[in-house]
Amino acid sequence: MIPAAFDYVRAESAEEAISLIGQHGDESKFLAGGHSLVPLMKLRLAQPTVLIDIGRLTDLSYIRDDGDMIAIGAMTRHMDVENSDVLRQHAPLLAHAASHVGDPQVRHRGTIGGSICHSDSASDLPATTLALGATYVAQGPNGTREIAAGDFYQGFLTTVLAPDELLTEIRVPKMDGAGWSFQKFNRRAQDWAIVGVAAWRRNGDSGVGLVNMGSVPILASGVSSALSSGASIEDAAAQAAEGCDPTSDLNASVEYREHLARVLTRRALEEASAG
Amino acid sequence: MTVIDNMETSDESIAAGNGLLGQRMLRKEDPALLTGEAVFTNDMKVPGALHLAVLRSPYAHAKISSVNVSGALEMEGVMHAFSGADLADQWAAPMPCAWPVTEDMKNPPHYPLAVDKAAYVGDGVACVLATSEAVARDALEAIDVEYEPLPAVIDLEDSLADAVVIHNELGTNSSYTWPLVIEENEGDCQSAIDNSAYVVKERYVQQRLIPMAMEPRAVVAMPQPFGGDITLFTATQVPHVLKVMSALTLGIPEQQLRVVCPAVGGGFGSKLDVYAEELLCLHLARSLGKPIRWNEERGENAQATIHGRAQIQDIELAADENGKITGLRVRLLADMGAYLQLITPGIPLLGAFLYGGVYEIPKAFDFSCTGVFTTMTPTDAYRGAGRPEATYAIEHAMDALAREMDIDPLELRRRNFIPRDAFPYEAYTGLVYDSGDHDKAAKVAEDLVDYAGVRARQATQNTPDATKRLGIGISTYFEMCGLAPSRVLASLNYAAGGWESATVRVLPTSKIQVVTGTAPHGQGHETAWSMIAADKFGVDPADVDVLHSDTAIAPLGMDTYGSRSLPVGGVAISMACDQVIDKARKIAAHQMEANEDDLEFAGGVFTVTGSPDKEMPLAAVAFEAFTAHDLPDGLEPNLEMQVTYDPPNFSWPFGTHMCVVEIDTETGETEVLQYVAVDDCGNKVNPLIVDGQVHGGVIQGLAQALYEEAAYDSDGNLQSSSLAEYLVPAASDVPSITLGESITPSPTNPLGVKGVGEAGTIGAAPCVMNAVVDALSGLGVRDIQMPASPVRVWNAIQEARNNTQENQQ
Ligand SMILES: Cc1cc2nc3c(=O)[nH]c(=O)nc-3n(C[C@H](O)[C@H](O)[C@H](O)COP(=O)(O)OP(=O)(O)OC[C@H]3O[C@@H](n4cnc5c(N)ncnc54)[C@H](O)[C@@H]3O)c2cc1C
Repeated sequence: MIPAAFDYVRAESAEEAISLIGQHGDESKFLAGGHSLVPLMKLRLAQPTVLIDIGRLTDLSYIRDDGDMIAIGAMTRHMDVENSDVLRQHAPLLAHAASHVGDPQVRHRGTIGGSICHSDSASDLPATTLALGATYVAQGPNGTREIAAGDFYQGFLTTVLAPDELLTEIRVPKMDGAGWSFQKFNRRAQDWAIVGVAAWRRNGDSGVGLVNMGSVPILASGVSSALSSGASIEDAAAQAAEGCDPTSDLNASVEYREHLARVLTRRALEEASAG
Repeated sequence: MTVIDNMETSDESIAAGNGLLGQRMLRKEDPALLTGEAVFTNDMKVPGALHLAVLRSPYAHAKISSVNVSGALEMEGVMHAFSGADLADQWAAPMPCAWPVTEDMKNPPHYPLAVDKAAYVGDGVACVLATSEAVARDALEAIDVEYEPLPAVIDLEDSLADAVVIHNELGTNSSYTWPLVIEENEGDCQSAIDNSAYVVKERYVQQRLIPMAMEPRAVVAMPQPFGGDITLFTATQVPHVLKVMSALTLGIPEQQLRVVCPAVGGGFGSKLDVYAEELLCLHLARSLGKPIRWNEERGENAQATIHGRAQIQDIELAADENGKITGLRVRLLADMGAYLQLITPGIPLLGAFLYGGVYEIPKAFDFSCTGVFTTMTPTDAYRGAGRPEATYAIEHAMDALAREMDIDPLELRRRNFIPRDAFPYEAYTGLVYDSGDHDKAAKVAEDLVDYAGVRARQATQNTPDATKRLGIGISTYFEMCGLAPSRVLASLNYAAGGWESATVRVLPTSKIQVVTGTAPHGQGHETAWSMIAADKFGVDPADVDVLHSDTAIAPLGMDTYGSRSLPVGGVAISMACDQVIDKARKIAAHQMEANEDDLEFAGGVFTVTGSPDKEMPLAAVAFEAFTAHDLPDGLEPNLEMQVTYDPPNFSWPFGTHMCVVEIDTETGETEVLQYVAVDDCGNKVNPLIVDGQVHGGVIQGLAQALYEEAAYDSDGNLQSSSLAEYLVPAASDVPSITLGESITPSPTNPLGVKGVGEAGTIGAAPCVMNAVVDALSGLGVRDIQMPASPVRVWNAIQEARNNTQENQQ
């Protein structure tokens, strides 16, 4: 529970953070809420030599109405996502998913940007923003770029971000009038999902994101295309585990995870269709 | 044994006091605990202390070829580093096991650091002393150990086959076999099994559990290099036992050793032990003349602090055509883990006497337990220690029998209950159950849960394709606690007694000190003991201070475990109070020139019957006793009495738990909709504390049923060593608990109390599992292994459905 030795510097602006990480190189890491990184360090599974604390970049903590989109600063804490009126109105699925992250302590510290950059497929917000068709904004030494959520997640705990790129914003399309559902199956309230499903439906469109069904968060596009070609919820949900590659652990076998994905997808679609 | 015939003594002894007992008084301990003022061992500031860190084997089973600590010694801040071999000749004796259950029990030598071989993942192989904990932990990475890995032994039946022998010098992995056959005529049990109308034969697995006290262990050993004295501060529940045992193990003159427990954050049996780190700190502090401290990490706690349960139980229960039990056979395989800790081998024996549950059992009982070594963390006492396992087996088997007979499980139990008027009841084992009223406890629970109503709901809800199925669980139990009559312990070959000591002292200003040999670590003894004394003396509990957990202040004691503190330690206090009052009465009589027999003592004042003008408050008597200016001839000054009480019998709390679960057949998830516990622990000193103990106990039992498991992979690695994997349920995960009332005082002690620390745990696991199986038996599910996790429940449903389909084809 004692991390290996490391140095600590605090960035006062996004630009400074990017330049600091450039200076300190490969073995340095951004520190946001610290609720994924620090546990790994305590177990010595991560041993960065320098932490660049971006915790004070309050100008990256916001939730703004931005036309067709909602813009969320990367440093916005889960608690603020959960309680945002703007999100509750235009993208309630995301606000609701954030309320399922860990416990209140975790939600007060952890950030949406940290959760997305950590890109744990068992986390709730990567799959949810993926289902919502979000876009992520990253800033590097050479400027900013936008990355579609669908292109962002590369493999187990890896993303397309370059080491010196800082995620600054998450842009979520407004979903006014959509039906939605978030199904998180876990054994204790504060645990990560054994399997989770984030789903929305509006007119003929739908999006289904799967939590913990492979090494990356998964968009169950087979389910959505079945729905749009007129399949019943039951039949569409039967596609949920297609193309997934879940692991087995103490809580679940592969077979059970696949089964849960189908059951939870069906339940999510039923709930999303009901209202 | 003292036995009171009239069972309607409820509250009588309590009424004799000043009306304090039975009040829901808030705990005195809590303000300091809640504000962070309480000092736990690791909170202590110890100038100049060196920090110990222990390097632990990453292998379940490996020969240690070499240990090179020189890399660690080169690091800045590292003062010393030792391998097991370096310290091998420093120990006066191996680590103690105080319970050699049989004469030929095999007990491998066990030292604070392993020398030739590591026998579980977490076994200490080397250690470092450094100027900070961080440096000490870093330095562990610089120690070079060469291991020759050997095959892990994690399956109890494999272990028994001795294909891989863990401790070569023993030649076998079996530690002992302990039989308990109680028959009128030889063969009675077998013939009951052969000839009875019904027999159920079941195998249950008590999974390994990790006690997970909220405070991991911590140790500070502080020497006085020039005086030779040494003080051990440690997070233990057994300061007195630890003092004797570590004096013996280390060859420290006992009078020079003092053991102190600062605030202790839970134990559940896991701090009822003598641990390697305590001995290492003591030894190194003495030999180096420096304070040494050690703080356990959570993951370390999961590996290096004892585990509990871990048994395979084979039970055969025979019954006649009416369901009356005719015979009972039990075969246990008990997992000792890699070594025998303080009372490891005795744990299953504590349960041996409870396999008959609360029922009338004929002398046709055949029990035997074999203890086997494995390459996993040693096991030892865990809340209930042997008794929850036994209760689980009989209660789960009773449900199996009810299904076999196709009768209601509550009805089956009622047919077998020992009737209320049969108490005190000499059981088939020869032990005498002090008091009980099972029909009443069952009735209270039945009404609270609305048994008939839920059964009716269940009948309509549980259609073959229902996705939510209801189940009702029942468990009834007797707990053998108040450990224990010393002579009975002797007959079990236990190396210590079961008495408890109390000193009660009225100070010159009439404030009261109670010195107890119990060692509370969350139970609220300061509150309860002060209530007992305040009630006796007729004073405010705030005027009573309870001193404990420091062998210099409370030199005599047998500590806290086995639901013993109130029925043994609390009773000792009440007796000592009586003796002090008797002495005070003599002084008051002398002062008031009255006859002792004419004195009444109530509300803290002595009065003389018939002379309303004469009275003398306790405060005046106390001061007279202190000045000793005018005491009766031959009476010693001061008001202080010490009592050591050896209980004449165990105490036998009992109760009925019932719960209602709903199972989602699509996901396998179990939700506990309702939980009712009726725990009869005799008279209650403080019902608030009793409720808290039952709540916590029920949740711990429920956790065994649904959540917790120390899971090992085939290489002997603990897979659940963090709280993310070892699923201790939180408040948000458990039902609210309805408590029912039943009070049947124990006739064997003057307080009429029985003890309540373990009761909830004992009742809960079988209750929940009976409900789970009850919900699913209509689908053809016969049993599910604990914990009944969603995946296990789902698998069981799939399997049952496949079987039904196959049978139909
Ligand atoms: C007990 C507990 C329970 C939890 N339960 C859940 C749960 O149920 N569901 C769930 O989804 N999550 C859960 N979490 C994780 C939690 O949500 C984390 O807070 C979150 O995943 C990471 O956010 P953070 O701000 O803490 O990131 P940090 O831990 O600070 O950082 C995580 C990683 O992202 C990088 N990073 C952070 N911000 C940026 C950025 N702006 N640009 C580039 N890189 C960045 C860091 O360098 C690091 O590699 C839990 C955590 C804990 C401790």
